[in-house]
Amino acid sequence: MTVPRFWREIPQRYNLQASKCGACDAIHYPPRTVCPECRRASIGNLEEVKLSGRGTVLESTRVHKAAPGYEAQVPYTLALIQTEEGPVITGQVVDHDGRAVSAGDDVRAVFRRLGEDGDAGVIYYGTKWVLA
Amino acid sequence: MAVGIISYGAYVPRYRIRSEEIARIWGDDANIGRALNVHEKSVPGADEDVATISVEAARQAMRRAPTGPDDVGAIYVGSESHPYAVKPTGTIVQAAIDAGPYLTMADYEFACKAGTAALQTGMGLVQSGMAKTVLAIGTDTSQGAPRNALEYSASAGGAAFLLGAERKHILAELHHTVSFTTDTPDFWRREGQKYPSHGERFTGTPAYFRHVEAASQRLMEDQKTKPDDYDHCVFHQPNGKFPVNAARRLGFKEPQWRHGLLAPRIGNTYSGAALLGLANVLDHAEPGDRVFVCGYGSGAGSDAFDCTVTKNILNYDRSEAERLETRLADTTELDYAMYAKLRGKLVMGGNGA
Repeated sequence: MTVPRFWREIPQRYNLQASKCGACDAIHYPPRTVCPECRRASIGNLEEVKLSGRGTVLESTRVHKAAPGYEAQVPYTLALIQTEEGPVITGQVVDHDGRAVSAGDDVRAVFRRLGEDGDAGVIYYGTKWVLA
Repeated sequence: MAVGIISYGAYVPRYRIRSEEIARIWGDDANIGRALNVHEKSVPGADEDVATISVEAARQAMRRAPTGPDDVGAIYVGSESHPYAVKPTGTIVQAAIDAGPYLTMADYEFACKAGTAALQTGMGLVQSGMAKTVLAIGTDTSQGAPRNALEYSASAGGAAFLLGAERKHILAELHHTVSFTTDTPDFWRREGQKYPSHGERFTGTPAYFRHVEAASQRLMEDQKTKPDDYDHCVFHQPNGKFPVNAARRLGFKEPQWRHGLLAPRIGNTYSGAALLGLANVLDHAEPGDRVFVCGYGSGAGSDAFDCTVTKNILNYDRSEAERLETRLADTTELDYAMYAKLRGKLVMGGNGA
């Protein structure tokens, strides 16, 4: 990831900043510049909102073949999280100590290190999830 | 103008390793934990560092605060394990609590007392009227080299204190602070070195005890107080033994450190140590309780504080979910292999496979 892209996305990565369509009230994460349903009617009619950081697991999977940068964390858990405001977020569930993460489990957002650009590059921070 | 703590937050990672497990690996005496009075220590998760711990503590402080993030006029994060050698940790905290850009900031380092130094700076800025509120944080994820004595104690955790001047908000009024500082090289880490070095027994009498006792005695002289006047005392805790010895030598007695001494359960959280002890005291304190705090940082210096808890503490959210003890009770014990994995002590292959 380039530094400028990470920098642009800090509000959504750190604080779950989303967008709310003024025409249909739908909330989108990551934030949109146009509502995919209302299209033109949403232009200039979107407001920034923050997700609460509370959600429920829809599905989860245990990853044994790591994505680059996550080699030292295997096995780790990824989940589809239904946030209470509506958007579904793919996120890592941490600190569950081998206990199964199952559909229906309540989770909450925590602030963690997401990755780094090698030993000398920028460190990327953002949101992961723990069982609530 | 009055100055005091108007909110606070504390965070300790959930992982623990017991002293006898470390002793098992190196063939040390299994009772070493009893000798150090450190029975287990906290260990950060693989994705936790000073920035993430500082953010979690700061977010708890801001969630319970009577004032908002836009009132924060300064953020100081004290640590000896900042994730970057150059680039502030404080800006990450600022963004994560949604504080505005019109504030001043610097990261602090003074071994284990960078957190209390942040608290002192905050007192000055608030008392002078230069800032409405200041967020002072002390956090560390320090490492001891494998088989070094520090491996039994170097742990992870941090606390954040929001300081303000409005009496209706002050939970604990900070009356006075005294520092005692000399050039005493008892512990250090050179640029580029992963692990610190220390002067072994030299870290005791000429370093920790001299500085802690000098700052503490001067504070009580200035305030015309004696140890009996305090309901709680908190000392920097590089292990569980030093703070108890220092407290006794100064004239404090056992009940006074019952809430402020956490090292036996979590080890030495360095810049977080005295501040976590203070957070736990505030979780338990009653209005009118007087609290004595003395930090220590190798190199060396001590910062001592005299404060009194106000009646505002009764309206502050100290519910079960917000208390440090609740977090300390929910832990996961590691063996040395998992500890080595989480602390990045395993050498991975080129492709991580």
